[in-house]
Amino acid sequence: MVKWTDFERATIQNIFSKINYDVVGPAALSRCLIVYPWTQRYFGGFGNLYNAAAITSNPKVAAHGKVVLAGLEKAVKNMDDIKTTYKELSVLHSEKLQVDPDNFNLLADCLTIVLAGQMGAAFTPEVHAAFQKFLAVVVASLRKQYL
Amino acid sequence: MLSKKEKKLIKDIWERLTPVAEDIGSEALLRMFTSYPGTKTYFSHLDISPGSAHLNSHGKKIVLAIAGGAKDISQLTVTLAPLQTLHAYQLRIDPTNFKLLSHCMLVTLACYLGEEFTPVAHAAMDKYLSAFAAVLSEKYR
Repeated sequence: MVKWTDFERATIQNIFSKINYDVVGPAALSRCLIVYPWTQRYFGGFGNLYNAAAITSNPKVAAHGKVVLAGLEKAVKNMDDIKTTYKELSVLHSEKLQVDPDNFNLLADCLTIVLAGQMGAAFTPEVHAAFQKFLAVVVASLRKQYL
Repeated sequence: MLSKKEKKLIKDIWERLTPVAEDIGSEALLRMFTSYPGTKTYFSHLDISPGSAHLNSHGKKIVLAIAGGAKDISQLTVTLAPLQTLHAYQLRIDPTNFKLLSHCMLVTLACYLGEEFTPVAHAAMDKYLSAFAAVLSEKYR
């Protein structure tokens, strides 16, 4: 069981209550596809991913970014048992989507950097660490059903 | 592989940040120590508490080395030769830690540059820091 300090719990709830999911989701996913182009392998049906401008303006990328953030919201609402909350998502990513779980870390890093860019000085080392701990738990839970 | 455009972008960013090398460097280190406490084990001989003189001077040193390398990225192996020896034979920092510091450096840059830290700039910077780390660990074995 993951133990959250009061600070960590409050920080995660606070961040997610303030962000615009429709902006952050697409920003994080498109950044991932741009910074780590090999992740595009999972998005063959998304059309034009030829360069940064194309990726940033691609409507399928944007739509999917929102789906990913919506998935994260589930974890925020169930912080004390993310593992169970994500059981089906983990099976989905492993068996149907067949995503190499190392990619979860790449997307997590991009999400962290998007938030850092938005929050500036408010993204203190402590807030940053709490957010990374949360994402680490999310990633571990998503990895759990891979066999 | 860094394109000409990317090398120029990286050079320009680090040139602008050189005057605040101490701020950037100490913040990146502090983020690393906070998110990855295992990294503190390499600094048991220094006072690395927030705002400490050691944290500031060490952060400054690191950023100036990164900025120095950015001036002519094609010469990275030559520029970093002394630091290669230092890290391989004296410091012997496990190279996985370079990734951790690089990530925290990117977060620091994102906080500092905001919207200017576009995906393109981020990609270029990530590639540069990876190349820097790779060169730094070349003499390890």
